[in-house]
Amino acid sequence: MNAPARLTPLHDQHLAAGARMVNFAGWDMPVNYGSQIAEHHAVRRRAGMFDVSHMLALDLTGTDATPFLRQLLANDVARLRQPGKALYSCMLNKNGGVIDDLIVYRLADDDYRLVVNAGTADKDLAWMRSRIAAAGANVTLQGRRDLAMIAVQGPQARELFGTALPQLREATMVLAPFVGTRVGEAFIGRTGYTGEDGLELALPAAEAATAWQALAAAGIAPCGLGARDTLRLEAGMNLYGQDMDESVSPLDAGLAWTVDLRDESRDFVGREALARNPATKRLLGLVLEAPGVLRAHMPVHTDAGAGETSSGSFSPTLEKAIAFARLPLDVEPGDRVSVDVRGKLLPARVVKLPFVRNGEALI
Amino acid sequence: MSNLPDNLKYAASHEWVRSETDGTLTVGITDHAQEALGDVVFLELPEVGRKVAAGESCAVIESVKAASDIYAPVSGEVVANNSAAVDAPESVNADAYATWLFKLRPDAPAQLDALLDAAGYSASIAE
Repeated sequence: MNAPARLTPLHDQHLAAGARMVNFAGWDMPVNYGSQIAEHHAVRRRAGMFDVSHMLALDLTGTDATPFLRQLLANDVARLRQPGKALYSCMLNKNGGVIDDLIVYRLADDDYRLVVNAGTADKDLAWMRSRIAAAGANVTLQGRRDLAMIAVQGPQARELFGTALPQLREATMVLAPFVGTRVGEAFIGRTGYTGEDGLELALPAAEAATAWQALAAAGIAPCGLGARDTLRLEAGMNLYGQDMDESVSPLDAGLAWTVDLRDESRDFVGREALARNPATKRLLGLVLEAPGVLRAHMPVHTDAGAGETSSGSFSPTLEKAIAFARLPLDVEPGDRVSVDVRGKLLPARVVKLPFVRNGEALI
Repeated sequence: MSNLPDNLKYAASHEWVRSETDGTLTVGITDHAQEALGDVVFLELPEVGRKVAAGESCAVIESVKAASDIYAPVSGEVVANNSAAVDAPESVNADAYATWLFKLRPDAPAQLDALLDAAGYSASIAE
């Protein structure tokens, strides 16, 4: 419990920039560099960057890589035809609970890059190794703690990235959305967790500080975990451990779209459990129509029964409190509900997710 | 290090208290508290006329990150609240000492002696 917090290769950069640091999943990480709201707006309006080196990149290679991932993941890597194309997927246990959510890039049939959450990385590796052994799969799995990762996000992210790191500019500019590519020792994906255009760069740890400084010098604002959370919330993106975990079905957590059932012969882990247990709740957005702030685990009262928020905060873009809530299946966008906010029942409106995409309010 | 004016008294629960010449007390939250909370987005202040006991939760401050209670530093009656701060909660971040939250008429002014001075509060937040 009391092990010293782990430090990313960019830790000194955060301290030098005056970041407020917090322990996140065992890592000493920046929560903000002054104002979380200013960092949030930087990403929506221009460009911001996040140290995401606490997350773990994995290389999965070998002749059985594709059949192995088709059995390991609830989404289907066979959908990835274009080289480098990425897929968001849950990795389920046999009961259909979510072990983790992850991004997988298919570089070739026998060559995949995955990125998993920090707090689940050890558990994920153990699970994947046990599945490899059980299947007798001819694959090699390698955790890449030798890499640092920087997410650069915002409408001007790619342009400023190319200015800061000209050696990566050409590869970056031709990258289609949701595609990743290797450039020497580096890996660049046009992916992210903010609802804006942008890139995620993985590079050798020893080169991280120089890259971070060049990106900052190009005008990209360092942003902490605080802004990362409000950005992903506005963008309607789930946070593992909060919006779903091993006790929650992806069908109840707004992730049915990531469970690919089209190939009936594909027997992925958790499929049988999901078939036996259809959705009992639906994940929708709430917008508070009174002063106050929504948080996780607030009870929601609807005409169709009870629900609960799974994530909530103040939306800097909408300047209103917003939340994700698991609600009865009969609740529809547009419905009026009330939320128990610290003992007071406050009115809220049900909306479809996301709240914001590419800088535009959608509600 | 955060800013701690010498002319104020402090509660370990991060309120500052200023004695006014009319015998009332003006209350806000410390610079250390606003920095720990981050961007403040919502304030709920006690109604004028409400009687509060020392240590009673009587206001709520919410940042993007979290909600926190604000406690009455002494017992008394609320004689004013700062509606300008409610309309612009970010002013707490801009200047925590200029942005008062409510004023109390204390039941027993001697209760002030139980509060910390700047050095005492500074020591309490260093722990």
